[in-house]
Amino acid sequence: MPEEPDADHQWGFRTRALHAGARPDPTTGARATPIFQTSSYVFEDTDDAADLFALQKFGMVYSRLGNPTVSAFEERMASLEGGIGAVAASSGHAAEFLSVTALASAGDHIVSSSHLYGGTITMFSNTLARFGIETTFVDPTDVDAFAAAIRPETKLMFTETIGNPSGAIADIAALADVAHAHSVPLIVDSTFATPALCRPIEHGADIVVHSATKFIGGHGTSLGGVVVEAGTFDWGSGRFPEMTEPVPTYNGLRWWDNFGEYAYCTKLRSDGLRDIGASLAPLNAFLFLQGLETLDYRMAGHVANAQAVAEWLDADQRISWVKYAGLPDSPHHEMSQRYLPNGPGAVFTFGLTGGRDAGTRFIESLEMISHLANIGDAKTLILHPASTTHSQLSDEQLQAGGVTPEMVRISVGLEDLDDILYDLDTALGNTALGNTALGAGDA
Amino acid sequence: METLPLGLAMRDHIPGWTPPSVSERKRILDESQSIAIVGASSNSARSSYFVATYLLSSSTDFEVYLVNPRETEILGRPVYPSLADLPVVPDLVDVFRRSEDLPSIAEETAEIGAKVFWTQLGLWSADAARVAAKAGLDVVMDRCTKIEHARFAGGLSLAGFNTGVISSRR
Repeated sequence: MPEEPDADHQWGFRTRALHAGARPDPTTGARATPIFQTSSYVFEDTDDAADLFALQKFGMVYSRLGNPTVSAFEERMASLEGGIGAVAASSGHAAEFLSVTALASAGDHIVSSSHLYGGTITMFSNTLARFGIETTFVDPTDVDAFAAAIRPETKLMFTETIGNPSGAIADIAALADVAHAHSVPLIVDSTFATPALCRPIEHGADIVVHSATKFIGGHGTSLGGVVVEAGTFDWGSGRFPEMTEPVPTYNGLRWWDNFGEYAYCTKLRSDGLRDIGASLAPLNAFLFLQGLETLDYRMAGHVANAQAVAEWLDADQRISWVKYAGLPDSPHHEMSQRYLPNGPGAVFTFGLTGGRDAGTRFIESLEMISHLANIGDAKTLILHPASTTHSQLSDEQLQAGGVTPEMVRISVGLEDLDDILYDLDTALGNTALGNTALGAGDA
Repeated sequence: METLPLGLAMRDHIPGWTPPSVSERKRILDESQSIAIVGASSNSARSSYFVATYLLSSSTDFEVYLVNPRETEILGRPVYPSLADLPVVPDLVDVFRRSEDLPSIAEETAEIGAKVFWTQLGLWSADAARVAAKAGLDVVMDRCTKIEHARFAGGLSLAGFNTGVISSRR
């Protein structure tokens, strides 16, 4: 008789990327995770319905709160990040909003890195501010500045693993130490890194958020986001009445008392998704599951191409600067080797010697590389942040975020390296700066 | 290595007892047919009420017995004053009482001949673990029977939690 497998065997990252959360469908035996395109689920009887509504048993009620295809994606993300659980959302922005508003209410305070995606800065400084939640933005490389900004009403610290678009790498362990010394959680947006390159929870982060739209989906097809929690933060310190006081909409239960280490994710789903409604569509969850299956291979290809493109640009006289932590002269190189030893992602910025005008002419001269506002597609993408993704920001915010007028942001894809370099080189030739266009052979 | 939840700073290493692994917890639940909930409550906001409703629901096949000297009926079922008053010897004793009460309940659990002494999330007692382990019982502490059952039965997956289960069997 064959031996039973050891349930304590530790499965590797690539195995979990293929299998976690996705056992075969028990009814049909379907090996691929089915797309459960349904809004709602039939109850066994009225007792079953009442138990489900009161959170007294696990199961499906309505796809705003949960959907089996979405669950498979959530469990797989939790597994890959090393968290206790995950809650998916309709976009990366929705994931951020859920993760933060589960903890902060009017009168509360956030300490955040200033080097964030421009849309996140405006969410914090505009919409959250309008709801009475104040944010102090600090230099992400200055750990002491985070500590100095914490107040009694601070509920969380927020940073990106790799700052968008500045490329600043967060010292996650040091930031986690500061956060925990003040009994607040550290939330890390790890969209640029993905769990293939960095797993913030292993370095002390409490909550990880992603725009799954990017490298997780990996093919530029679907919007979505996800929040993963470590399950190790002490919500019972007294700083989080949201977690410890009775919840009137669920018969007076207390999230922390009733659900312990499962409390944050349960709250995120049971009142966050319930009230905010930013739920992930099942088809998108299916596409993210497909994306995760090849995540580790794709990220290896992305960072290899990105490193080569960064080195090529750095050696070109038509380029005035390249900010990629994979380059040895980057101020973030040492930090990236610590947190992202397999490569600091595939998104970085550079400036043309001709400044802003040369930059815009260059972008318009590209043939194969796509000019659009996204990152993390299998295709190479390019953008001028100051006039697009970060255009909502004031000059002061642009400066604090490390966004300069001539900056061009590239998300290096999986095409043949020679072809990426050929397109860049040809477009640089067309900017009338380097009048002698170099052949691709110069790469 | 499994990571242990925080908020539980009192977790010191207990000589003679190792927290059961995932596979051991699965075995313990698979081998248990009857569960006694000590500290059952009629207050619908309490964890013990949540766990009782789950264990009694169509999610599981357990025979469930409720124990609390200050209650007579919960969820339409009789409540017994003590473990010794139960009409059967339960396989698993699931405790929702303050940590200082745990050692004496561990003794009672061993005395009636139950096989498993289990304490819920946040409940932890080195003395109780020693008593129960010495009597040859399986000991699980600071774990929720509902969550552990749901980990293996699929409910936890449906809620987006990381069960650690990898399987291509139907």
